[in-house]
Amino acid sequence: MSKFVKKKKGDTPGISTASLPDIVFMLLFFFMVTTVMRETDMLIQVKVPEATEIQKLERKSLVSYIYVGKPKDKYQATFGSEPRIQLNDAFASVSEIQSFIAAERDARSEEEVPLMTTSIKADVDVKMGIITDIKQELRKAQAFKINYSTRKGSVLD
Amino acid sequence: MARKKRGVPEINAGSMADIAFLLLIFFLVTTTMDVDSGLARKLPPIPEDLPETPPQLKEKNLFIVLVNAFDQLLVEGEPMSLENLRSSAKDFLDNNGDGTCTDCRGRRDPASSDNPDKAIISLQNDRGTSYEMYVAVQNELAAAYNELREELAQRKHGKSYDELTPALQKEIRGVYPQKISEAEPKETGE
Repeated sequence: MSKFVKKKKGDTPGISTASLPDIVFMLLFFFMVTTVMRETDMLIQVKVPEATEIQKLERKSLVSYIYVGKPKDKYQATFGSEPRIQLNDAFASVSEIQSFIAAERDARSEEEVPLMTTSIKADVDVKMGIITDIKQELRKAQAFKINYSTRKGSVLD
Repeated sequence: MARKKRGVPEINAGSMADIAFLLLIFFLVTTTMDVDSGLARKLPPIPEDLPETPPQLKEKNLFIVLVNAFDQLLVEGEPMSLENLRSSAKDFLDNNGDGTCTDCRGRRDPASSDNPDKAIISLQNDRGTSYEMYVAVQNELAAAYNELREELAQRKHGKSYDELTPALQKEIRGVYPQKISEAEPKETGE
């Protein structure tokens, strides 16, 4: 028996796909962990302004969002084209912010309440009047930690 | 007739990859990778009752920034463009008129702020100011503080502010505490 038998020519060895599920599962878990389901239906158009000195929002579960902007085209017939406030899934007025904050607080445990942040996602074309009103309501509701939502980019254009 | 010993039948795992792919594609489609970021600010509490005499601040320790309804800036009584706001805010904060801030490199102009601890930036906007401009002004003012802190970190420790330990960061924040005051909104003046 010779040790140096010539191998049969021609047949390329097939790549084993046994580890394919493992790779796919790894990707799957990655996306499962990083995914954030969009829980609110946007009724308004929001294009947040750009800024450079931005900080990341930590602890997303402790963030409540206030959206401000023009209603989307399909809602403009009923709600007009003036900037409106959206809380959760519905249009709201400024006076509803206090009860919204109270409801958000009730949903969290007591020790988490001081860490809660309110993120204001407002459109670039919104005027400051409505933002000032929101800020006043937040002060009344004692929700002092706020965050003006922005994208990364230059403000000097 | 002796039966052959039967092993436990193996489950065919060939379709496992298909199932995993299906789930993977679902999560790929539904995922939103937006990292929420923004300018963090703290609102002042509503004063319970107004003090009889408002706290006495020297005019030179105030850096007054006004933004009108046409998005124009008035800084310390002079019209200014947004590009210059950052550098003039830095000059004001770093001025160190009374010499108590040993880490400052300011010009020590007696007509400007005493020291960074006393220096307050006052921001007032109109109801007609656009949100974009407001965020831009807030951003430039925050940038002035961040640049001063960064420069101090480089001078004292030879490292970037972000690379310092939390204790050293706190020390540098103590030299340049961020004091941006926003005027109470006026009821009139639409």
